[in-house]
Amino acid sequence: MSKPLELPTMDMENKEVLRRIEVGGDMLLNMGPQHPSTHGVINFLVQTDGEVMKRAIPEVGYLHRSIEKIGERCTYNGFMPYTDRVDYIAAMFANQGWAIAVEKLLGLSVPKRAEYCRVIACELNRISSHLISVGTMAMDVGAVTPFPYALREREFINDLLEELCGARLTYNYLRIGGVAFDLPSGYADKVSTFLDHFEKILDEFNRLITYNEIFIKRLGHLAPIPAQMAIDYCLVGPNLRASGVNFDVRKQLPYSVYPEFQFDVPLGKGEVGTPGDSWDRFWCRVEEMRQSCRILRQALAQIPNDTQIMAKVPRKIKAPEGQEAYSRIESARGDMQYYVVAGPGENAHRVKIRTGSFTAMGIIDSLSRGLMIADLVALIASLDVVAPEIDR
Amino acid sequence: MTFEEIQQRLAAKFGERIGALAPANKDASLVVPPGDVVEICRFLKDDPDLAFDCLMNLSSVDWPKKNQIEVVYHLWSYAKQHAFILKAQLDRAKPEIASLEPVWKAADWLEREQYDLMGIQFQGHPDLRRIMMPDDWVGHPLRKDYAEQTQWHNITTTRENSLEGYVRLDELKKKAAEAAAAKKEVLQ
Amino acid sequence: MAKDYQQDFGSIITSKTSFIDEIINLARKSSIFYLLFGLACCGIELMQTGGPRADIDRFGSVPRATPRQSDLMIVAGTLTYKMAERCRLLYEQMAEPKYVISMGSCASCGGLFQYAYSVCKGVDKLIPVDIYVPGCPPRPEALTEGLMRVQDKIVRERWFTARQRIGQAEPSLGVDYKVLA
Repeated sequence: MSKPLELPTMDMENKEVLRRIEVGGDMLLNMGPQHPSTHGVINFLVQTDGEVMKRAIPEVGYLHRSIEKIGERCTYNGFMPYTDRVDYIAAMFANQGWAIAVEKLLGLSVPKRAEYCRVIACELNRISSHLISVGTMAMDVGAVTPFPYALREREFINDLLEELCGARLTYNYLRIGGVAFDLPSGYADKVSTFLDHFEKILDEFNRLITYNEIFIKRLGHLAPIPAQMAIDYCLVGPNLRASGVNFDVRKQLPYSVYPEFQFDVPLGKGEVGTPGDSWDRFWCRVEEMRQSCRILRQALAQIPNDTQIMAKVPRKIKAPEGQEAYSRIESARGDMQYYVVAGPGENAHRVKIRTGSFTAMGIIDSLSRGLMIADLVALIASLDVVAPEIDR
Repeated sequence: MTFEEIQQRLAAKFGERIGALAPANKDASLVVPPGDVVEICRFLKDDPDLAFDCLMNLSSVDWPKKNQIEVVYHLWSYAKQHAFILKAQLDRAKPEIASLEPVWKAADWLEREQYDLMGIQFQGHPDLRRIMMPDDWVGHPLRKDYAEQTQWHNITTTRENSLEGYVRLDELKKKAAEAAAAKKEVLQ
Repeated sequence: MAKDYQQDFGSIITSKTSFIDEIINLARKSSIFYLLFGLACCGIELMQTGGPRADIDRFGSVPRATPRQSDLMIVAGTLTYKMAERCRLLYEQMAEPKYVISMGSCASCGGLFQYAYSVCKGVDKLIPVDIYVPGCPPRPEALTEGLMRVQDKIVRERWFTARQRIGQAEPSLGVDYKVLA
């Protein structure tokens, strides 16, 4: 490095915003992008005169990795590792969304055993993603202890998924037309042992955190989102269900083999506060983990015994130019949607990934008027936003 | 309601401005003129039988050969559990369309993203500025004719090949064998 | 107390440290506070490395949120141009002596995002990196080894003995050898 970079002043990009908001005697602070409590690299421009905020404007784009543009030069199968990075905490779902979109484009049907493998991997990943979500939420509210508890359970799931597909975080397990590897021998016993252990941990977690008096006082009545506002801002997933809207893609628009399982969909009822407040969003995630355990037990019992895990897929996957497909899956963070337009050769012409976290950021500005800074941290944590989903 | 029924409702209300459904391309879609998009969407949202209360997705596709940029709206109704797809085709040289932010609040950030990455001007948007790229970025990256700059704020955008100057061992052996063969020929 | 000599591409590490140097470096290497700079996927593995199983707290490393209190910056994840200036600012705010681990392939060279228009191809375009840990993402054990290599670097530093000879030639061992540390 020959000469030092000219250092930016902190208000270089805020000039535009400053022109528009009347700061008056208030402070304009930058919360982020490097911050232990924003979930990834997100910046908030906070206008405040102390502890109570007037506005909090989110600024994103610090992790924009141009995945959609890369989709225009990759083959369909070669794009699978990039979908991992779209949401690295719940990577199996991102893989599944892409696989379903391209299978719809080509008219492929996936063998039964592959679908069961997908469901097992995805539900394990849902538990793992919710563990991080509730663990970091507890840490943001101030209780640092539950976070290593959540990480400890997550290590067991990482071991299980590593045995399945070789990677701990960015799995690249699904393929267009099936999955890459079959379940190893003895896998069902290992997963059952883990589930027996984990359901007891969930009860312990509920005693320790979810119904903890301090937690209830911090999160009850915090930023309640009425159902109509949630729908208008297009919130999805546990955020939407906490506001009372009974919509789960696995139930209303079933895909894969989900119609064969029995499970409930937790809805927020305002048990300790207003319906749709932060505690409801937290509680929805904890209950979803319990339902995932139920689905896993059923899937392991019902999985067919054959060995076919890939459909007959041509070696070079091509689709007629201009054909489009749209897929919707219930990811850990909500309704993840892929819009694919086929290109002339072996790659797509356009890939658009619509994630739940992106629209959840749009609602923070209007919810944050009058909140305290500590409440903003709890609000971001309760919406479970992750930076890669926002920025892609 | 199926796509055909929704299209018939729209044709009944708006007459000639609504064309036919595009042929089933896995998902049928309806092309609407860009000037009428706000009116049509407001009808889609307010009509009690259609009740499209959610704008799921707003994307834009660049078609340089047709000289068009297509804006695609995916709508969903939680009340009636049906979906619909609208498309608007804009001129590639000057892509402008009215903003849907007054109709659905979700359009706020979705439109900002398409402005940033594709360059579509949404008229009537309260706060149209870049969202993903830095504020002083030049160009709209998702376009097909986007050319990357060589540097931004003195950071070079390419990385030199760290294997420059190194030769592979098998190539080295091949070159040595060829040199020996040539030498042998000269001697002979 | 002479230790083994190590050859390193034409330089030589003369590890003739004094007793005081050893004590100082032992204290420094056993309490490396790292800055939580988890940007992307590697940030999750960074969290897991500080977590219960592959615990780097047993080496004395605890995460700090502010650069003013940390001596190691683990750049974990993809660096975009928008974030690059903040990364540089944070590096400038750390106090000397400071070290940088570039964790993962995105931070080392841009990773799998070579065709991305918004990704900075390597954090070493901005800040000097001491240790590169490859992987996508690297396992917690790999990051722990990276931390141990930083500890090795710290152990080699000298405060009381022969600092002025760094960079000079070591004639007794050959023409090309220079004192490295």
